[in-house]
Amino acid sequence: MDISDLIACHDCDCLQRRVPLPLGGAARCSRCDALLYRSCRGGTQKTLAYTVAALFLFLIANIYPIAGIEVQGNRQVASLYDAVSLLWEEGHPEVAVLVGLTTMITPIIQIGLVLFLLVPLHFNHLIQGVVPVLRILETVRPWSMMEVFFLGVLVSLFKLEQLARVEMGIALWAFAAMIPLLVAGAMTFEPDEIWEQVSSLS
Amino acid sequence: MTDGTMTAAQLGFYGCLICHRVTECTTGDITARCSRCGALLHRRKPNSISRTWALLLTGYMLYIPANVLPVMHTGSLFTSQSDTIMSGIVYLWTSGSWYLAGIVFIASIFVPAAKLAILTFLVISVQRRSTWGRLDRTKMYRVVEFIGRWSMLDIFVVTILVALVRLQSLATISVGLGAVAFGTVVVLTMFASMQFDPRLIWDLQAEERSLQGNNDGHS
Ligand SMILES: [Zn+2]
Ligand SMILES: [Zn+2]
Repeated sequence: MDISDLIACHDCDCLQRRVPLPLGGAARCSRCDALLYRSCRGGTQKTLAYTVAALFLFLIANIYPIAGIEVQGNRQVASLYDAVSLLWEEGHPEVAVLVGLTTMITPIIQIGLVLFLLVPLHFNHLIQGVVPVLRILETVRPWSMMEVFFLGVLVSLFKLEQLARVEMGIALWAFAAMIPLLVAGAMTFEPDEIWEQVSSLS
Repeated sequence: MTDGTMTAAQLGFYGCLICHRVTECTTGDITARCSRCGALLHRRKPNSISRTWALLLTGYMLYIPANVLPVMHTGSLFTSQSDTIMSGIVYLWTSGSWYLAGIVFIASIFVPAAKLAILTFLVISVQRRSTWGRLDRTKMYRVVEFIGRWSMLDIFVVTILVALVRLQSLATISVGLGAVAFGTVVVLTMFASMQFDPRLIWDLQAEERSLQGNNDGHS
């Protein structure tokens, strides 16, 4: 029995034999039903496409205003950067760091590292540093909170609607479009596949 | 071995949490490294229970100021007002936005409380070597991991309100200490769920089985 045919469940440590999967199939732990690995033809190609699109939308979401309000002829718009820097200036750097990390820094790290991995692989280049990159991706994953932020913006706009005229900014639409792309990118991103490609190239 | 399951740890294998390769290990916890990616391997997350407890207890302590202190101060020329998380929800409810009130209640009150309660229950059940509902407890852990992030909602709401209402003749809005405590609770509970090792839930079963196996072999 070859040891590379085995997989240990990350949730219950149950040792199981890897089986070849049909396309689009998923292998689940026989004991605790955890998702072990998936199969997706051209998975990395799809991830690459979704991630490039997400990068453009991410730039738009960070350059343009998220929303604006108008009261008595005064118009006020705010971008994500404005919001974070205002928290900092107001004397709440810890909240500013938390918001900045979860909405700007973690997402751009994720997008950047996935491109760093997949672009060279797309051209069949063997890249250095796969191990730390995959490890960082695994570590930062829980701290990317785009979808929660999007819902937060909607709630705050509903609250302001009672006091002022509210307009949605371009960045808000970019956020709305980016979230499904990030989800799709994460769904098709299968580290196992990258490990296989890397070992077949080396 | 009634259902034929064996854990990697029982057989002296360590599963890598980074690349999922199984490595055979004879050297012990400190020097074990994954044969494929070189990551440090541990049989279980080190000091899982005591670290989870420390983060949970700090979370409980900050849960009180997070709910009692105002998350937001609103001031205009004539009035000033401080809002806690709960009073913000009541305001949404009385102004007719029931859906919104429900969403904020679930994200800000229910989810953090449920996270603390479930993680506490899981840690205690592992410490008491409970055999009850292993599959259910594993699923509870997955729920905690999935819902935790949504309690950041109120922090984001305050952020956007502060950013949009500055420099207006209408009012000024500033962040309250409650928001700092609340954000800390969210971060602490996220770290707590990362430190907890769900494999501990199943470990006792593995020990019992291997004992039984040995006894059968002798008789
Ligand atoms: Zn399992
Ligand atoms: Zn590994």
